[in-house]
Amino acid sequence: MSLLDTHIGFVEALRSAGLSVSLAEGLDAISALEKVHWHDRETVRAAYAATLVKRQPQRVTFDAVFDIYFPRLIGSGVAGDGLEPAVGPQDTGPDLERFREALADALAAGDQQALQDLAVEAVARFGAMPGRGPGLSSWSAYTSLQRVSPAELMDRLVQGLLGQGLDDEQAQRTAGRRVGDFTRLVEGDARRRIAEEKGPEHVTDVTVRPTIDRLDFTAARRSDLEEMRREIYPLARRLAARLTKEQHARRRGPLDVRRTVRASIATGGVPLTTHHRPKRPHRTDLVVLCDVSGSVANFAQFTLMLVFALREAFSGVRAFTFVDDVVEVSDSFRPGADVVEVMESLSGRISQAALWGRTNYGRALTRFAEEHPDAVGPRSSLLVLGDGRSNYSDLALPVLGDLAGRARHAWWLNPEHPRHWGTGDSAADRYGEIVPMVECRNLAQLGEFVHGIV
Amino acid sequence: MTTWFESPDDAATRLREAGYLTDDATALTAYLAGALEKPLLVEGPAGVGKTELAKAVARAAGAELVRLQCYEGLDEARALYEWNYKKQLLRIQAAGGDQSWSETHDDIFTEEFLLTRPLLSAIRRDEPTVLLVDEVDKTDIEVEGLLLEVLSDFQVTIPELGTVTATRRPFVVLTSNASRELSEAVKRRCLFLHLDYPDAERERAIVTSQVPRLDDKVVAQLVDVVVRLRELELKKAPSIAESVDWARTLVALQVGDLDEATVARTLGVVLKHASDQQRAARELKLAAR
Repeated sequence: MSLLDTHIGFVEALRSAGLSVSLAEGLDAISALEKVHWHDRETVRAAYAATLVKRQPQRVTFDAVFDIYFPRLIGSGVAGDGLEPAVGPQDTGPDLERFREALADALAAGDQQALQDLAVEAVARFGAMPGRGPGLSSWSAYTSLQRVSPAELMDRLVQGLLGQGLDDEQAQRTAGRRVGDFTRLVEGDARRRIAEEKGPEHVTDVTVRPTIDRLDFTAARRSDLEEMRREIYPLARRLAARLTKEQHARRRGPLDVRRTVRASIATGGVPLTTHHRPKRPHRTDLVVLCDVSGSVANFAQFTLMLVFALREAFSGVRAFTFVDDVVEVSDSFRPGADVVEVMESLSGRISQAALWGRTNYGRALTRFAEEHPDAVGPRSSLLVLGDGRSNYSDLALPVLGDLAGRARHAWWLNPEHPRHWGTGDSAADRYGEIVPMVECRNLAQLGEFVHGIV
Repeated sequence: MTTWFESPDDAATRLREAGYLTDDATALTAYLAGALEKPLLVEGPAGVGKTELAKAVARAAGAELVRLQCYEGLDEARALYEWNYKKQLLRIQAAGGDQSWSETHDDIFTEEFLLTRPLLSAIRRDEPTVLLVDEVDKTDIEVEGLLLEVLSDFQVTIPELGTVTATRRPFVVLTSNASRELSEAVKRRCLFLHLDYPDAERERAIVTSQVPRLDDKVVAQLVDVVVRLRELELKKAPSIAESVDWARTLVALQVGDLDEATVARTLGVVLKHASDQQRAARELKLAAR
């Protein structure tokens, strides 16, 4: 591939991975590359990043695509000459023993360069899957990690770090981070090799994950959830800033004659600037009714967190969680409370919402209407969160209709893709006839929705 | 036409001499912004040195810094130029009856009555200039449109005087905390740099260079605690500015060793939310205060 082809392919791949890279930005990148030396790969990466990436959450995607199009090395590289896939029964081979020794040393020293080389070696020796049919990749990070199993080295690593004078907790944390780094390096190297064989387009299509704010709640892994939780507070702050700004813009009320006249004295009685009375903002109560059964628990927690982070936009917020019984959880969200604590107390109280342990929307709605008849009034907005999967039980449609009728507005947020609504035991389509149903599968959609209602 | 920096290495060296420690990406982007004559948009959490970068570029290149602090409600008159109405009124009153209208009219729309604001001043200067547009995400959308004209062509049109074009393009730095997404058009015209918390080694170097009187051992301990704090889920993670503040506090208190009691006592310097402080105290297992 010529350099230009690589550049074009790279830009195309970034576009298909969801970054909006315009033609002009591509040209900027080229003129930036003209100004720098090419001897260092990180320089090229930084030059591309400065011109093409305009949003920090996209950086992870950018780096992944960059590594595929501008690989660190080809094959096993110069250092890896003579590396061949291990032969014979690989799990007990002396190669593996030797390799694990080297890895343990490198992990203990935290030597990045050595770890990088070892990751290349790990994939070269233990990750090859020769003789697979066409269309299947012949390198696997999973296989190499299975054989090398860096996690088993954890204890040894922790002991070593304790010897260096770190305390127990610190040693655990450092060890975990280093093993995690090594795992990522191996995964990256396997991607690189697959890209070498099959062309980069294939790999970007398959492996590049969406940015964190576009990631489905239901598809999120544990580490993603933590990252998302970190996003919640900044997201709420961004939304709040945007809201106040827009309210300010709309706030210009009727002319304030006295202030205008007073201000005009400075300009000899000519009213150059006019002053206006501010408009009173009107605020509503928000009542959140939230399904917390296993299938939608992640989604429910995020939505509750966000709504409470935006408390100032509403005059009052009450939250209820349910599986087949209803529990009020408003008091978990004290002002200024700690995110982690709130999450813990929420998951602690979720078990109370289940009498029999199976989601039953009909019973939950009925119980809600009975036990908290005062919650929903003409000033309140009702927000129901859930996938509407009710295990084929009674749906209590009239009860929901009555609640929605009493409220000023009502919405239903559904974390499932609309094409699944109404399939299987999902009653989303039938509830959707009573209450407008909105698809809400990731942080970006959630942010948009919350902004829309306030 | 000036070259701002000869090469990325030159940028790194001269910024260091100006008291700003960069990493490779920052030095390269600063060099590119000068070499390509494109504005540089710097984003990142508060207190990681975005504004400082602009100041350091100005110091390193011996240029004057013109600063436009953005805020909600900033308008053309405050950003670009304004006519000095009061002076114009005076002029009209002083002219009395012995001057024709057209003469007066020509008179009151001249240089003398023009109040230049930061954007116009930066463009009209003949000496090297660094234009800092600070916290650009705080402005309204309309101001972005105004910036667009200035940033892409480096010219401003004043109806009564004609178009003012930059004789010497300023080095433009825009900073943003990303509290609002800037428009595609602005981003498109800028180089983008995301400044993040530095790694432990660079942070140690920064703290040492800012607070040279602090003991090396304490600096290492301090940076260690700050790095751990950033790993927690806090509302506001401590930034470089806060580590430097902390270092200054420790110097003022004449602390020779950063033990748990001292951390607990001075935690308020780095963490500004009550819930963050409680959480940090719990996670770092500090003695109850």
